Amino acid sequence: MRISDILAATFALSVVVACQQPTETSLPILGAREPVTKVVDGQTVTDTVYHTIADFRLLNQDSVFIDNHTFENGVYVANFFFTHCPSICPTMQRNLLKVYEKYKGDERVRFLSHSIDFRYDTPSVLKTYAGKLGVTNDQWQFVTGSKAAIYGLSDSYMVYTKEDAAVPGGYDHSGHLLLVDKDRHIRGAYDGTDDAQVQLLINDLETLLKSYK
Amino acid sequence: MRNRWLYICAASLSMYLAFHACQGEQAIRTAQYTVNGQRVYAAHCQNCHGANGEGLGTLYPPLTDSTFLNEHRQRLACFIKHGLTGPIEVGGITFDTEMPPTPTLTPIEIAYVLTYIGNSFGNSMDMFTIEEVQAGLTACSGDSTIK
Repeated sequence: MRISDILAATFALSVVVACQQPTETSLPILGAREPVTKVVDGQTVTDTVYHTIADFRLLNQDSVFIDNHTFENGVYVANFFFTHCPSICPTMQRNLLKVYEKYKGDERVRFLSHSIDFRYDTPSVLKTYAGKLGVTNDQWQFVTGSKAAIYGLSDSYMVYTKEDAAVPGGYDHSGHLLLVDKDRHIRGAYDGTDDAQVQLLINDLETLLKSYK
Repeated sequence: MRNRWLYICAASLSMYLAFHACQGEQAIRTAQYTVNGQRVYAAHCQNCHGANGEGLGTLYPPLTDSTFLNEHRQRLACFIKHGLTGPIEVGGITFDTEMPPTPTLTPIEIAYVLTYIGNSFGNSMDMFTIEEVQAGLTACSGDSTIK
């Protein structure tokens, strides 16, 4: 065997190895975490407490209060928007609608859009919006609440929201989609205005669902 | 006699060239407006109307209904500049979401974006000149209904 053959074989092997996709079997848990040490049965045990979505109770598009329990039997994708948002929301909701349509009828996946326009977006406004967007079942919830409730919750989802008269529409916020698991942990954050990121969300959603099988 | 034929040939050749040169110029201008219009579209229209003019549900109408665009050709500049309120029917579906005004757009930018929309998404309209846009804006004088 000539040296050139060995080189070629080595090169081919390295290409094959380099091209192998890393097989992601579990998603990370995002957010701050802290170790908690306690004594159980005389033994010192250290446990990790992960960042968890806070308790909430908000009015949905049918004027019914929903809370964390509405989502506990599956995973859900959350975001923050407002109905007459002229900037990023239409693109973000168009992309989330694609995910919704993919999982329509699959009760393991739910969607939760929080309106940050607590003045204008009443349940009836949200109901009309949802209908026009093409949401026809309760798998996708649209919620409103007091400013303190919604804006406080956005911190819990690690999403930036702010009332700001200087931006178009009057509210500033980030267009992230958050993937939340059954234990209220955030497992992924995706830019809802970026097609590649939305595809990543769909892939991660599958990974997360598989982990519950 | 031989010279006369040469003259006729030369004359018809130059006429042919002149004709095609004019057509080319028009096509180049349309292409120029379309390219510039795409940028305006991405910045001001795409969020709601979509990258392919597909709209979104019954919230925002698609820009693929050539009949609607042709019927309202004179008013399109006003829709963009002053917004649009009240129900409209596009592609057989009624839409009733307020379109926000975009007062910062200049007539030339409106001509760009209209030429882009009019020659994308399956539409085929003559280019919009700045004169046509200005005439349209004068005619509607700030009105934001469809009439």
